[in-house]
Amino acid sequence: MSGVSWTLADGVYELALGIDPCNEIGTVMLDELERFLDAVEPQKAHALIIHSTVAKGFCAGADLRELYTGIVSRPAEEHTPAVREFLDRIHSVMNRLDMLPLTTIGVIHKVCFGGGFELALTCDLLVAERSARFAFPELRLGIIPGFGGIPRLKRDVGNAVVRDLLLTGRSINAKKAAAVGLVSQVVAPKEGLGVARLMAKQATTFSRDARVTCKQFIKGLPEAELEQEKEHFLRLFQNDVVKAALRKFVESTDVRPYL
Amino acid sequence: MSDVATTLISLAARRFNADAATLTAQDDFFQKLGIDSIQALDLLTDLEDEFDVEIPDYELQGVVTFAALAAVIEKRR
Repeated sequence: MSGVSWTLADGVYELALGIDPCNEIGTVMLDELERFLDAVEPQKAHALIIHSTVAKGFCAGADLRELYTGIVSRPAEEHTPAVREFLDRIHSVMNRLDMLPLTTIGVIHKVCFGGGFELALTCDLLVAERSARFAFPELRLGIIPGFGGIPRLKRDVGNAVVRDLLLTGRSINAKKAAAVGLVSQVVAPKEGLGVARLMAKQATTFSRDARVTCKQFIKGLPEAELEQEKEHFLRLFQNDVVKAALRKFVESTDVRPYL
Repeated sequence: MSDVATTLISLAARRFNADAATLTAQDDFFQKLGIDSIQALDLLTDLEDEFDVEIPDYELQGVVTFAALAAVIEKRR
């Protein structure tokens, strides 16, 4: 069944993303993530695992079809306020995930693009199956990542890597992602969740106070840059090239829109 | 056919359950294998692992035959 669900057992939350075709982040995903964050009780747990139950990958990014439909169905003067409202909500979700007083582990297989990459970057630790590919293809659409991905990427890796990923839009595999420090472990196909469960179990053995103190000390929220990114995105989004690029993507019947 | 193209065809056949004997270097792998761009990324990952290279996606724009793909790999070995 398509949807988002979660469990809590032995001090570990498992958040399963299962929205077809590839966990695109639109209003449905946003509603579901907000529902989870409103329900989560950190004092009852030590760790959170985020994984995808969709075969195509972890998450293909923003729901571009919904975004395009939202544009063409509204008068131009409503575009920016509508996008800002969505961005405010998704930033709030990403920030809450980022700062949860739990050890958060993302399990990545196959596609982890755009907004999906931004979601992964909220996690404390990433386990990547060998099939994983990470990319920020936003510049191809005339925009930049808008869900907080740039400040979070800058937080985690060197600026040369940030430039390579952003300014070329190319995808990198799990091995490369591990080599640049994005991913803590690379594992065989379908082994990611099992490995993440062992990591989560380790987190449950630590003192809660020490675990939370350590995370707060080493992982700050780059608030000023997150706000700047949002404003840059909103400005770029008003350019005509964006609407044209979205239309091309949505209306394309080419089997190679990602290449 | 180059060694790279032969290995590439063998990998693609295994990945997408095709008969390697029916594939040639000049085939359009999207059409012949019936794959989309997401599936092509799986093949890209296999190739990077097998040949120990990195292949930027933008170099694959317009690359549709096994021979052309093999040429991209050979440049990086």
